Amino acid sequence: MPVLIYAENAAGKFKKSTYEAVSYARAIADATGTNVTALSIGGVSADELASLGKYGAEKVLNVSNAQLKNFINQAYASVIAEAAKKENADIVVLSNSFSGRGLAPRIGVKLEAGVADGAVALPEISGDKFTVKKTAFSGKAFATVQLTSAKKVIALIPNSYKVTEKQAAGQVEDFSPEIKQTDFKALVKEVIQSTDKVSLPDAEIVVSGGRGLKGPENWGMIEELANLLGAATACSKPVSDAGWRPHEEHVGQTGIAVSPNLYIAVGISGAIQHLAGVSSSKVIVVINKDPEAPFFKVADYGIVGDAFEVVPKLIAAVKEYKASA
Amino acid sequence: MKILVCISNVPDTTTKITFTDNNTQFNTNGVQFILNPYDEIALSRAIELTEGGKGTITVINVGETSTEATIRKALAIGADDAVRINAKPHDACFVAYQIAEYIKQNPFDLILTGRESIDYNGSKVAAMVGELLDLPSVSIIKKLDVDGNSGTVEREIEGGKEVLAIPFPFVAGAAEGVAEPKIPNMRGIMSARTKPLKVVEPAEVKTNLEVLSYETPAPRSQVKLVPADDSGKLIELLHGEARVI
Repeated sequence: MPVLIYAENAAGKFKKSTYEAVSYARAIADATGTNVTALSIGGVSADELASLGKYGAEKVLNVSNAQLKNFINQAYASVIAEAAKKENADIVVLSNSFSGRGLAPRIGVKLEAGVADGAVALPEISGDKFTVKKTAFSGKAFATVQLTSAKKVIALIPNSYKVTEKQAAGQVEDFSPEIKQTDFKALVKEVIQSTDKVSLPDAEIVVSGGRGLKGPENWGMIEELANLLGAATACSKPVSDAGWRPHEEHVGQTGIAVSPNLYIAVGISGAIQHLAGVSSSKVIVVINKDPEAPFFKVADYGIVGDAFEVVPKLIAAVKEYKASA
Repeated sequence: MKILVCISNVPDTTTKITFTDNNTQFNTNGVQFILNPYDEIALSRAIELTEGGKGTITVINVGETSTEATIRKALAIGADDAVRINAKPHDACFVAYQIAEYIKQNPFDLILTGRESIDYNGSKVAAMVGELLDLPSVSIIKKLDVDGNSGTVEREIEGGKEVLAIPFPFVAGAAEGVAEPKIPNMRGIMSARTKPLKVVEPAEVKTNLEVLSYETPAPRSQVKLVPADDSGKLIELLHGEARVI
């Protein structure tokens, strides 16, 4: 009864969040004395597939059916559920990505499994009791949920479990699942990928700007700092509401919840709705000219000062640091 | 075109979240409940799509009588009628099952939810309803258009977006960008009182998830302030102490 992990790829490459999910599945398998089978769907090279072994997958099922080239959650969920049945897997792990969110509930229904979405830690297993800690109330809290079904589905939040190397066989096998034509009612017409930007949900560092920046024309320094740090850019709700930045960048309770290693907030006061979306960040830096800004209460490091003076100095300091590193 | 919008009743976004009974229950004392903001977006788009007699909108909620204020709000914004499945929403699976059962008896062309509820954030109901009814579903959409018997949606993917064409019926979860939330006008508020609100008893469902306890994020230690003219110090701390760059 191995743990099955769905190894999501982006344009043929596995992402860090996929390796996190494999490492996570490996740890569950070690705790329960079983194996890890990874499942990949779509055109992924043999070397890339074998790389899953490095993080503990004994077996890698490779589905290369041309009809599954584009992500259709209905069809992918059927394939993953079929693999789980074939492997007799009790636990299915996947990443809580945009795609993962569309898959986990469907797999849960197919396998009559409880679904722990938004998992942030390894499950605790004692006897028949299987509990998982997950986010709740948009980052304002965590809930510990018990999955009481025989089968379980866990969707892991990116950047909440460390990629851990643990070499296993990584034996690649072709897997030809049954394809149900009725799963393909949705048709992908167009994929628009912006490759030059770090994607916000996956980012390890996020540089975020608020109303304190006074206008969209002042985002150049935010982007420059983000570029230097290999970070994604983000913003607060008033900024996206005002149309200064696109909605995709809005971090907070009604936007995206992020969990980067480093979140740098510039000119954001820290309304409760914004704090909800960043509370899982490992380190928070706040730059604000108001020493009373509520954001300082949840920050690890802070600079009280005008963003227009502080950020350029910070950019210079990062350049200096990078030149010396 | 018949549209069903699934709505939930959630704590207002400004709510400070606390728990009672040894951290096993959400403390609703003094909490203002609202129509889930993403459901409001879904409903607002449904209103735009049916303007000029192009269709009807039903809202459905799984909840006890206490959610009726939120249901009336949805009617005031512009839904034509409402259904309340009379049960405590145990979890997403329970809610999805109840909604799917209702749709089996009362088919719709388009079933909309919010991308997630802001209390449990599962993004599960849309995909579960889709799976239970063997319909296509898209969990997080940024745009929605309809044309005859099909829809076009734009969904967010990591680092980009994807456009899909889907024949009716299908299920989609609305996110920001789909529509601007509509505010009820006086006529809407007046008419909401008399619009039909049907109460349906729940179907029996086996549950497979129990919330055991809650906790709030661990408080951070006191913020370390760096002088504004010494940014280099911050980089040093982030590298040497916090080890994040």
